[in-house]
Amino acid sequence: MSVESTTEEATSGFNIHPMDQFEVHPLFGDGAIHWYTPTNVTLWMGLAVLAAFLLLVAGSRGRAIVPSRSQSVAEMTYGFVRKMIEDITGKEGLKYFPHIMTAFLFILFANLLALLPYSFSVTSQIAVTGILAATVFISVTVLGFVINGPSFIKLFWVSSAPMALRPVLFLIEMISYFVRPVSHSIRLGGNLMAGHAVVKVFAGFAGALGIGAVIPITAIVAVYGLELLVAFIQAYVFTILTVVYLKDALHPAH
Amino acid sequence: MANQDAAQAAEASAPGMPQLDFSTFPNQIFWLVVSIVVLYFIVSKVALPRIGSVIQDRQNAVANDIEQAAEFKRKAEEAEAAYNAALAEARSQAMAIAGVAKAEIKADVDAEIAKADAEIAAKAAESAVRIDEIRASSLKSIKEVAGVAANDIIAKIMPSTADDKATKAAVAARLKG
Repeated sequence: MSVESTTEEATSGFNIHPMDQFEVHPLFGDGAIHWYTPTNVTLWMGLAVLAAFLLLVAGSRGRAIVPSRSQSVAEMTYGFVRKMIEDITGKEGLKYFPHIMTAFLFILFANLLALLPYSFSVTSQIAVTGILAATVFISVTVLGFVINGPSFIKLFWVSSAPMALRPVLFLIEMISYFVRPVSHSIRLGGNLMAGHAVVKVFAGFAGALGIGAVIPITAIVAVYGLELLVAFIQAYVFTILTVVYLKDALHPAH
Repeated sequence: MANQDAAQAAEASAPGMPQLDFSTFPNQIFWLVVSIVVLYFIVSKVALPRIGSVIQDRQNAVANDIEQAAEFKRKAEEAEAAYNAALAEARSQAMAIAGVAKAEIKADVDAEIAKADAEIAAKAAESAVRIDEIRASSLKSIKEVAGVAANDIIAKIMPSTADDKATKAAVAARLKG
């Protein structure tokens, strides 16, 4: 939530609520939040989907041989993700191109839209990133067993290590494998949350400092630039890790 | 409502992290699934096939253009070769025609020269005959003149012995000798 309670602000200058922006609340009225209630989550996820639609579908409407600007960007995004998959997994991974493209676009546009003032940062919610990471983890694991059968376990059996070390490494690999979805989700959510909270804290300072607000406002501009970078990088990191996990499922041998 | 109470309790007790307010999780997860499914269908059914086909079309167009350019280049080379061949043929033909013309002219000239030579020879022969005639007639005249002169001389000196015929014979014999 980005609209701070103004009454509290008025009474005390340093009454900063950097975390209020992450609150989920209903779009209409003030009732309870059921699973089906349209909330700010609904709104901003919908906007992210709309933005992706505008870029990829409306942008490529002309189907021109010589592309327009929006079509060029759509084609660059297409080529970027496709090349990423092809470089890491090889041709076999291209079957999962739509899935990975979906994840990339969703996270990218959610990150970018979250940078608008008064917006809601969908990808700073652990529930969202957790489900995304869990979906990747479960699908990749199931895919690994479906494609390779029981030999998928070889992923954890480091055959290049000395025999004595292999059980130990097996345990370590196993733990690291199961920690993947945790780091995968916290990395994205944490980065987004931290950045937005920092901007909010500086904004609170700016409200309290009067003419000295120049300093926190400059800091906000700098952090905002950084956050723009983070929005792209975290979308990229989430996607490339997904592709790397997919590669493990397709080619488990070390 | 238990849900509402939980939410309010969470907001009241833990202002730290709204992300850990589990009462909103079902809502977030539901809408996440809806958004992702919608986006997945947009991406897989419309966006990727369309962009993929556009890129494919472009590659085909470029490949076609390059192929066509190569075709044109090949045709241009063929045309150049044909032009060169035609040029060489024309040149050789021109040389042949020139040769024939030269031979014809030479034959004409030779014929004319031969004709002229023949005429010249005929004229020369005629002239020679005329010269001989003139010589012969002038020789006869000389004989007569010499005979008459000798007779006259003898008649003046010794009129008694003047014998026309004998004098003439003597002069003729002398001239012959």
